Amino acid sequence: MKIAIPIDENKETVCVSFGRAPYFLIHDTETKTSKIKMNPAAEAEGGAGLKAAQFVVDVGADELITVRCGQNAADVFKAAGVKIYKTLSTYADENLKALFEGKLDELTSFHPGFHGKS
Amino acid sequence: MTVAVLSGKGGTGKTFVSVNLSAAAKDAVYLDCDVEEPNGRLFLKPEQVTSSPVAVLLPAFDGKKCTGCRKCVEFCRFNALVFVKNKPMVFPEVCHFCGGCMRVCPEHAVMETLRAVGAVEEGVSGGVRVVTGILNTGEVSAVPVIKTVLKKSVRDGGLTVVDCPPGSGCSVMESVSRADYCLLVAEPTAFGFHNFKMVHRLVRLLHKPCGVVINKASGEYSPLEQFCVDINTPILLRIPYSAELAKRTAAGEVAVRRDAAMAEIFRGLLNEIRKEAPR
Repeated sequence: MKIAIPIDENKETVCVSFGRAPYFLIHDTETKTSKIKMNPAAEAEGGAGLKAAQFVVDVGADELITVRCGQNAADVFKAAGVKIYKTLSTYADENLKALFEGKLDELTSFHPGFHGKS
Repeated sequence: MTVAVLSGKGGTGKTFVSVNLSAAAKDAVYLDCDVEEPNGRLFLKPEQVTSSPVAVLLPAFDGKKCTGCRKCVEFCRFNALVFVKNKPMVFPEVCHFCGGCMRVCPEHAVMETLRAVGAVEEGVSGGVRVVTGILNTGEVSAVPVIKTVLKKSVRDGGLTVVDCPPGSGCSVMESVSRADYCLLVAEPTAFGFHNFKMVHRLVRLLHKPCGVVINKASGEYSPLEQFCVDINTPILLRIPYSAELAKRTAAGEVAVRRDAAMAEIFRGLLNEIRKEAPR
């Protein structure tokens, strides 16, 4: 099983933006290894959330841990069968541990998208 | 002649000026391009109103023909298409209906369907033809509705007044695209002045001649007045704040139809615009 987490430039903390995070951490539970991949949507003009969702689906992630998520990306994950969990703490590895311990809740509320607004 | 009325800040009196300018002219076309909140019709109260829908193209995919090559998904720069479970998924609000996905599909699996995004209403109010653009709630782009409204402008000598949306974004740029002259309505406040400078930059960028109406002008606000002198842009009219006028406007009255002095003021404004506008 693969788990995706949007992370910041420091490659350790969870990025508050899902779509425009600079990197994604992809953890493979079978090999117990993590890889860091560039988010191709980070600099997208528009539809960054959708493009990032496409990336997460394409890497074969089964689960996503994020601070928040837009409605459009959430629709993609629903269609693709990717479960979305809400972060509990700042660091990506802490959240992975929390997920394995069953401490993370599924994210159920999604924002309508920022569309150029900050 | 097409006159676009714009302001940057909302609530400065774009609709007040547009409606009264249209009503003061003997015959005119009033185009409400503030399609997210079109309210000129509340004042002009058009009769014999007809409505026609505004639709945009939306791709639909033939699952039998689609081979999953993803060319359409890769082509879409707006990221309106996402490839999930071996088929493209379309996000209608993100789609800019460019038709590109249909062109790049080697299997001819993409068809175009129509998606309603709003409507245009047309009616008559005295000598004014009233055209109202209405954008459906939740739609991201107002441009298709504005484009449809602008097609109703008159080209031959008559007056068309375009009531623009607030701000200085895409929908405002579209609204002023056909204008021969831009009328900038400004409020003599720091906020009003700030947004006035933004729309002024926009109309200059678009090489549109412009003049200024200062509305709710109780006392002089010198930064705005000085700015107009510095940029060599004429202040065509100052409308003083009046509680009585505000009350009447709030009741949905058209000032020039009730008040001969107001009618004279707006006819004067129209003459000033005619003098300023290029022929």
